[in-house]
Amino acid sequence: MNRRMRLCLVALGGAGLAALFTAAFLRLPAFGGDRHPYGDRAVRAALHRHTANTIASVNFDLRAFDTLGETSILFASVLGCVVLLRQARDEHRARPEPADVAPPVRRYALLVLPVAVLTGLYVVAHGQLSPGGGFQGGVVTATALHLLYLGADYHALERVRPLGAYEAGDALAVSAYVVTGLAAVLAGTAFLANTLLPYGTFNTLSSGGTVPLLNAAVGMEVACAVVVLLARFLDQAVEIEEDSGK
Amino acid sequence: MDVLPYLVAGWVFLAGCYGLATSRNLIHAVGCLSVCQAGTYVLLLAVGYRDGGTAPVFSDLKPGTRPVVDPVVQALALTDVVVGATVTALLLALVVQVAKRHGTVDPDELGELRG
Amino acid sequence: MHHLIPLLVAVPLLGAGLLVAGGRRLPRPAAETVACAVSGGTAALALVLLLNSSPPMVEWVGGWRPVDGFSVGIVVLGDGPGLGMAALASLLTLAALVYSWHYFDEPPRRHAGSFPALMLLFQAGMCGFAIAGDLFNAFVYFELMSVVAYALTGYRIDEPRAVQGALTFAVVNSLGAYALLMGIGLLYGRTGELAMTRIGRALDAHGAPDALVLAAFVLVLTGLLVKSAAVPFHFWLPDAHAVAPTPVCMLLSGVMVELGVYGVWRVYGTVFAGPGGVPAPDAQRALLVLGALTAAVGAVMCWYQRHIKRLLAYSTVAHTGLFLVGIGVLKPEADDGTALYVLGHAGVKAALFALAGILLDRYGSLDEHVLHGRARALKGVAAMFALAALGLAGLPPFGTALGKAVTEEAVGGPFTALYVAVSAVTAGAVLRVAARVFLGLGPKPRESAAYETTGSGERPETRQRLTRVPDTMTAVPAVLLAAAVAAGAAPGFAGVVADAVNTAGSGGVRVAVHWTRAGVLLGLLSALLATGLAALAVTRPALLSAPDRALPLRRLQSGHVGDYVAWLLVGAAVLGALALPGVLGG
Repeated sequence: MNRRMRLCLVALGGAGLAALFTAAFLRLPAFGGDRHPYGDRAVRAALHRHTANTIASVNFDLRAFDTLGETSILFASVLGCVVLLRQARDEHRARPEPADVAPPVRRYALLVLPVAVLTGLYVVAHGQLSPGGGFQGGVVTATALHLLYLGADYHALERVRPLGAYEAGDALAVSAYVVTGLAAVLAGTAFLANTLLPYGTFNTLSSGGTVPLLNAAVGMEVACAVVVLLARFLDQAVEIEEDSGK
Repeated sequence: MDVLPYLVAGWVFLAGCYGLATSRNLIHAVGCLSVCQAGTYVLLLAVGYRDGGTAPVFSDLKPGTRPVVDPVVQALALTDVVVGATVTALLLALVVQVAKRHGTVDPDELGELRG
Repeated sequence: MHHLIPLLVAVPLLGAGLLVAGGRRLPRPAAETVACAVSGGTAALALVLLLNSSPPMVEWVGGWRPVDGFSVGIVVLGDGPGLGMAALASLLTLAALVYSWHYFDEPPRRHAGSFPALMLLFQAGMCGFAIAGDLFNAFVYFELMSVVAYALTGYRIDEPRAVQGALTFAVVNSLGAYALLMGIGLLYGRTGELAMTRIGRALDAHGAPDALVLAAFVLVLTGLLVKSAAVPFHFWLPDAHAVAPTPVCMLLSGVMVELGVYGVWRVYGTVFAGPGGVPAPDAQRALLVLGALTAAVGAVMCWYQRHIKRLLAYSTVAHTGLFLVGIGVLKPEADDGTALYVLGHAGVKAALFALAGILLDRYGSLDEHVLHGRARALKGVAAMFALAALGLAGLPPFGTALGKAVTEEAVGGPFTALYVAVSAVTAGAVLRVAARVFLGLGPKPRESAAYETTGSGERPETRQRLTRVPDTMTAVPAVLLAAAVAAGAAPGFAGVVADAVNTAGSGGVRVAVHWTRAGVLLGLLSALLATGLAALAVTRPALLSAPDRALPLRRLQSGHVGDYVAWLLVGAAVLGALALPGVLGG
């Protein structure tokens, strides 16, 4: 099919969908409306379980089963990337040369690195209290480690990043999430039921029952997963070379 | 004003679709797919907004003093973001391999799998 | 008992997690044993739950039981169809794992567990989607199974076709998933709920359907129809199925695509079937038109393929079309028939892919023309291939035959003819392959520079070409075929399936399902027609294989991802147009 014909099809289908969207949006409740039955119930349930951040409560308590799926998607796609970005038959690995880094960049990166890692861990730890949580904090922590690549070089990064450990950490974090859920089944309640631990004092680090546990598992999973993902792509860019003469 | 945020969501989604269909570069196409997905975030968040609402986080807010936006859509959007990021990673991994095996990232030049 | 339903997802996930965590230490046989044990255990769990699913169970994950009818949690369904699909997915995963026992080429270095782990994740995603009773939760597990499927399709990164097919698959399916999510957003905006039954009731309470309901219906169905490869959303399927590793093909064709159809059935029945949803005639029109088109296009394209896996992939497209017609008439009998048809088809189609995999690994080709007469030595494989082809045609007593017969009687009229014709053409194409490849019948086809994908240039999936076919690779298709026969022949099985489907949907109407004389005759007719077509094609190739007539259709399958996206947009618009009249009139 040539471009012209494709454009015609896109115009046709797009126009149809645009009309459909517009007609549908006009029938949606006005923006900013007050009717949110599920949301209101979720706020009440979160407060009842002493979780200050309602979104964390939705993610790790009310709809923890969604989050299980979500962490599995992350886990699966990391595993997928490991498989897809493996060394092919006709490729070999070459050690990258150490690169020179401008001293100001180096100083800045090494200065910011601990602060960034700490910020990430803080965001994870306070997931059930303040905006943030395992997903957000995990990404911050993992990317912070890569300041080493900018500030020093690939070798330095590889030294703090034993990939095998991170891959195992990723898998163990997912397993920990599942095991927390299974513990509830063994206790005779529903899968992922948040009834095993006391709900604690509202607005403290140990409040919310299993919410902080699941949150921590996700934080660990995301941090490990992002490290592994970035490592696979960096490998492609830095280490893996196609055999010449092919 | 009442429908503008929704229309933006629809527009973003369709713009992504247009880019995807006419893309000349697979990396650009993966980006366009993320644009489509951004449309879904906008719709979800717009649907959950409440006038004058603040974030549904009660660590420094006494419950009941202010309206809060719908926390459910926020959680859904978070899930959606994670899903989107991981799918993008996987797609880019595939693009890397397409570039290696076919020597091009232009979909017009991928001549296999016809008929 | 109902507390165990979410374990259908949790157990394979845990298995995958442990396999990856220990993957560096585990030797390959250990990793594969663990994977088989986990997926087999999950299958056993699904079967036990299935036996206890009358009356249907529901489980609120996290113990969030509804208060005054409303819950803040996620509901999973323990009814016959949901658990049945979960059981089917689990059993096929087990079959695929056994088939790939010791069979795959090198796993990634230091990652012996990665392939079995991905298969377990796939199983978890499919089970999660099958038991989902919450629309967003269904989306999440829909994405999980999609993501794993992309990675598995592109598993053989040394093959240019594999990575291209996987990328196309990923782009088109992700776009479909985002359309589904837009639909969920619209439904949430209107109803403020996510559980399917709650959304359905809230729509009914709102009154007659309007543009919003129509748009939500179109968007949600677009996502599910992309997964079930309905025309014009189907282009990704042949590209992906032709290039995926054989065990993965068995799962993709055997159950993943059918899960899309199941999703349509579930979502229409629970969300849109009420007075506030999409009126029955409109839903019927949309599903029947797309279904019939899918069946016809799939059958024609199937006939013209010479790449054996691609041919089987198009036959899956054709059969999905028939399934869509089956659920599209919105009759309880047709639902029952389709359920049986899906079960029988899963066995037959997975067996066919498994047998095609043997050809690939033994002869290093999947090209019908290149393989002409070369597989004469594989007598047992030949017999199974031909038998599976007849099963595809609907020869009694295969489960496909019973399912097809029951559906044919329910749909009636021209659709009965469509069922017979489509099953005959697709089975005829498979029989033609069997006659040429295993028996060397007819003249060797002439080479032409047609617009097509040949099956040559494919590399075996084993370390080197097989000199002897391992027992696991022949035992699996044999068992699958036996299961497909049992689905039709086991007394009482059909009745149980029908009962489970009717309890879960169809408004409580119960119908009996059994063999009838007309059904048997129609099945024999399809099988006979298929044999005749194959004989004609082999002996008089010029008569039937004139490539020019179908060339415009074949040119549409261009392998270009932009084209497929354009067709997706058109398909969504067409779906909207087909379902429009009721909304305008209402």
